[in-house]
Amino acid sequence: MSTKSQSIDRKSQDERLRRVSKLKKLLNRPELGALGGSILVFIFFGIIAGDSGMFSAYGTLNFLEVSSNLGIIAIGAAMLMIGGEFDLSVGSMIGFAGICIAIPAIYWGWPLWSSILFAFSMAVLIGYANGILVVRTGLPSFIVTLAMLFILRGATLALTRLITGRTQVPGLRVLIENDPIAWIFSADVFSGLFVWLGSLGLIALRQDGTPLATGIPTSVIWWIGLTIFATWILMKTRYGNWIFASGGDKLGARNVGVPVARVKISLFIGTAVCATIYACVQVLDAGSADTMRGFLKELEAIVAAVVGGCLLTGGYGSAIGAAFGALIFGTVSMGIYYTDVDTDWFKVFLGAMMLIAVIFNNFVRRRVTENK
Amino acid sequence: MSTDTIVEFNNISKFFGSVIALKDVTMHVKKGEIMCLLGDNGAGKSTLIKTLSGVHKPNEGEIIVEGKKTTFDSPRDALDLGIATVYQDLALVSLMSVTRNFFMGREPMKGFGLFKVFDIEKANAVAAERMGQIGIDVRDPSQAVGTMSGGERQCLAISRAIYFGAKVLILDEPTSALGVHQASVVLKYIVKAASEGLGVILITHNVHHAYPVGDRFTILNRGKSMGTYPKKDLSREKLLGMMAGGEELDKLEVELKEMDRISKSNN
Repeated sequence: MSTKSQSIDRKSQDERLRRVSKLKKLLNRPELGALGGSILVFIFFGIIAGDSGMFSAYGTLNFLEVSSNLGIIAIGAAMLMIGGEFDLSVGSMIGFAGICIAIPAIYWGWPLWSSILFAFSMAVLIGYANGILVVRTGLPSFIVTLAMLFILRGATLALTRLITGRTQVPGLRVLIENDPIAWIFSADVFSGLFVWLGSLGLIALRQDGTPLATGIPTSVIWWIGLTIFATWILMKTRYGNWIFASGGDKLGARNVGVPVARVKISLFIGTAVCATIYACVQVLDAGSADTMRGFLKELEAIVAAVVGGCLLTGGYGSAIGAAFGALIFGTVSMGIYYTDVDTDWFKVFLGAMMLIAVIFNNFVRRRVTENK
Repeated sequence: MSTDTIVEFNNISKFFGSVIALKDVTMHVKKGEIMCLLGDNGAGKSTLIKTLSGVHKPNEGEIIVEGKKTTFDSPRDALDLGIATVYQDLALVSLMSVTRNFFMGREPMKGFGLFKVFDIEKANAVAAERMGQIGIDVRDPSQAVGTMSGGERQCLAISRAIYFGAKVLILDEPTSALGVHQASVVLKYIVKAASEGLGVILITHNVHHAYPVGDRFTILNRGKSMGTYPKKDLSREKLLGMMAGGEELDKLEVELKEMDRISKSNN
């Protein structure tokens, strides 16, 4: 203890010591850009579409649901990106997981819960395959997972057509009712609260007196839960330190005993599992699986992670940032319908936002790493 | 040999196919001394370091750690016996904080079972204290290593190795990328580490850095040891001459004169 106080004394006498304000420290956080971006987006829509119903309970849940769906996969993508790799097969994994749930449940008579577990075990397997291929071959994950993108999407289409003769598998809704675990992905939370709020006249009601917004979708809970869990891992655990180390400098990390290969493989499994959670939420909500589900979602997940402050080169980023990145994405993609702006412009906005985010992140990285 | 000897390397040879990278290299390091290993590029320094640190297995020769004959199957084995190597790339991640780098791969934990977490408070305190001891002011242990100077980073890597129980430090060109002031900071720290009882193997091609701090000097040339000399038997000039540079430069001078003569006679 004495040495500690000594060192503090010594420090306070050091003339070379600059006081770094809390604000400046905050400016170096990776999630700052996305947080600021979210605030700007809300101010923008608050002015433009404040009285259009966008921020009513129903409207809010709408954009939150879109954000949360993307958020679930964005967090997996962010963790992997911090670990120094990409996964472009996320979108295809969503489609594949969807039919892994639907075909056994509907065509083979499996109970729904077992087909959900089956989908998750397939995700672990595919994530593992991605990871081991990247780690063993040393090829860029961009190429390996791009190959997996095509393989999985093709297999999803071919297998579904082979087994069912079509590309969609409907009819899941009846199976959800009595299933022991399906509610984890499909129930609305706090629906009682919404009925009560409706009865007080605080939120909009349907003709029959039930509230228009029936409850908070489970995907929102997943989104928040995963963000907290991922943040805890990154900031508070040994494994989190290994993720940063593996992404920041894999040779250096290996030299001091970090099991880089194991870390990367587990992160690939993580993205595949997140994709499967996404698939569960969507398939059980829609009551059907579609071979094209999740198309291009891998790019949206990467956009959210990058807007959230993750560096494409790895070693830097945050899960909270990715969650905000997804919030920006979801808010704008829904909010644009409440404005007079033609929705065709959405993608223009998306690209511009990503560009600004990358430039901003680059600036932050330079601030953090360069000698001042 | 005195009981102070921590590690001995006897008649180490390493072949890569038909290439003889090292042949019969013998050296040892004692507690509290700095053994400098000097050699020009291509002399076999890198191969020797990798053999000493357990990356390569020698084809011939023996390694004796504290009187016991051992073999290293991996860098981990060497590390477990207290032989720590600080490579030129330092194994530091510039985007990560000082603390996170200091404990990378060996994070202190607290809590139980599933809720075991990285004890960041303790880690911060240790990192700040250790860096403070060597006179480096870490303004904030959560600042990124990228903000530190080259010399500070070198010291961080050395300090980390010492904290995790090194008895012998193998330092690979610790001063090669540094300016004069930075290099002297690092060298001072190396002397301090040795005075506290560590054995140091300092690998360098810079005689001016090695001579002031070294106790003994082993010169490596084309894979062979040209002998080990205590400082009292060796002047700086002699050491310079013994490095590949001396002879080669003499030869070069002769060759240049020859070329000059030929070109003149052709005119």
